Amino acid sequence: MLITLLLISLLAFLAFQIVPGDPTTKLLGSEYSPERAASLREEMGLDRNVLVRYVDWLTGFITGDLGVSYSYGMGVDQVMEGKGAVTAALSLLAWVLVIAISLPLGVALARWQGGRLDRACVAMNQVFMAIPPFFLGILFTYVFGLVLKLFVPGGFISPQQSFWGFLGYLTFPALAIAIPKAAMVTKLLRSSILNQMGEDYVRTAYSRGNSRWGVIRGHVLRNAILPVVTFVAMTLADIVAGSIIVEQVFALPGLGRLLLASIGNRDYPVVQCIVVIIAFIVVFMNYLADVVTQYIDPRVRLA
Amino acid sequence: MKIKHNKNFTAGAVITAFMLTVILIGMVWTPYDPNAMSGKEKMLSPCLAHPLGTDNFGRDILSRVVEGAGATFIIAAATVAIGLVAGLVIGGLTGYYGGWLDEVVMRFNDAIAAFPSILLALVLIALFGSGKYNIILALGLLFIPSFARVVRAEVARQKSLDYVAGAKLMGAGDMRILFLHILPNIVPVLLPSVAIGFNNAVLAEASMSYLSVGVQPPDASLGRMLNEAQGYLLTAPWYALSTGVAIILLVLGFGLLSEGMGGKYGAA
Repeated sequence: MLITLLLISLLAFLAFQIVPGDPTTKLLGSEYSPERAASLREEMGLDRNVLVRYVDWLTGFITGDLGVSYSYGMGVDQVMEGKGAVTAALSLLAWVLVIAISLPLGVALARWQGGRLDRACVAMNQVFMAIPPFFLGILFTYVFGLVLKLFVPGGFISPQQSFWGFLGYLTFPALAIAIPKAAMVTKLLRSSILNQMGEDYVRTAYSRGNSRWGVIRGHVLRNAILPVVTFVAMTLADIVAGSIIVEQVFALPGLGRLLLASIGNRDYPVVQCIVVIIAFIVVFMNYLADVVTQYIDPRVRLA
Repeated sequence: MKIKHNKNFTAGAVITAFMLTVILIGMVWTPYDPNAMSGKEKMLSPCLAHPLGTDNFGRDILSRVVEGAGATFIIAAATVAIGLVAGLVIGGLTGYYGGWLDEVVMRFNDAIAAFPSILLALVLIALFGSGKYNIILALGLLFIPSFARVVRAEVARQKSLDYVAGAKLMGAGDMRILFLHILPNIVPVLLPSVAIGFNNAVLAEASMSYLSVGVQPPDASLGRMLNEAQGYLLTAPWYALSTGVAIILLVLGFGLLSEGMGGKYGAA
């Protein structure tokens, strides 16, 4: 896990070193002269070896010194202040929604396989998976924001003003991110349960007088949930990425907008930092999935 | 090749055929010039002359949706082509020869695959700059690992089969075995991943263009148009709706096709 993290951070760092164009050109603007550029490079430490700078940056990153933004002229941590919380809250809310929608639904569909609900959901599933989250966001803006006036499009309440208002504003963006993912997880859980239903232990459980529901709840679910746990953990990465786009749709002041602005400004310290933070989340979630899987299924040993 | 002829496959084939026909016709003929502006006909509601209405510059939305779907389709196809060709070479060679290079390449692949592709694409765009060709390049590069992984696993499985041993006894060279004997046999496994890859590419292109780092105005692309349409949601909801539905149909068609071919949707 540590090696993956190091590799990603090294790649992220190197990628922004080979970019053509020197940050000093942009920083100095019209006051550019070769001498001033050279002294600024020295001041910023850009004249040193790439690996030395990487180690420097990494130790800084770990100890909480995230570097200085080129375009804002202040620390990256100050630039990101408050924005990280918005993205984190949005992603977590979407993630909880995915689980809250898909777990009961997937189990219910498998329980009443072939029933009306099952057939309707299986047919609709492909459509929901095909909707890009940002289009869903636009639809929500139109239906719930403009027609039903449940929220003000482009509006935002910071958590300091009102925590519940803040959550309220995040609900629709979170739903827009969550629904396509929930469709995938529901489908996976349903087919995972149905796959298990043909196993020998299921027949044994039936022969002991269990109902279909009893078999699923008491025996199948524990086995069927394993691949779903891994998948759900992996979706968090996609959800974070999805929230970067959906923030744009709902004009939420999160990391996504900062990232896009920084890409536009070629503000690499900020971009680099956001990328590494998201990488960290991804790797951590994968690790967590392994731990949870082992807890559910003691046969799995952590490598 | 075993294709289950089921409802999914049929529905997917119908939708895809419909979209492809529309796109092909759009390449030679559209009802109006997609970029022709008209001051008198701004923001018309859908009517006989303009079935999907006109946008804020008086451009015919139907023509733009058709043109945009074509652009999105071409970008997605080019992306998949880059990913597929490079994936075939990398996955084929590493799967066939194995060894330490295989280990290194696969660890590298894992690191990239674990990362949300949109984010990586944004990073690459930050490096290359925005624009149509850079999008193709960035997304194409990102699609290599997933294809390489599928190809590698399948090649590694096939190379221990009898027909490969037979070809070796006949004195066939490694390259001949790999590309003439093994490659045709992995096509059935590869097809669903191509369909999934195509969908991911369509969604990625639409997202990037929506974020204004992809196709640049005045060119039409579905994501680009959604971005423009969002500003006129209240006055012209059909603009956003028709564009969004075009994306959904493209993705849905290929999704159903891949489902029908037995691929695992969404697990690319």
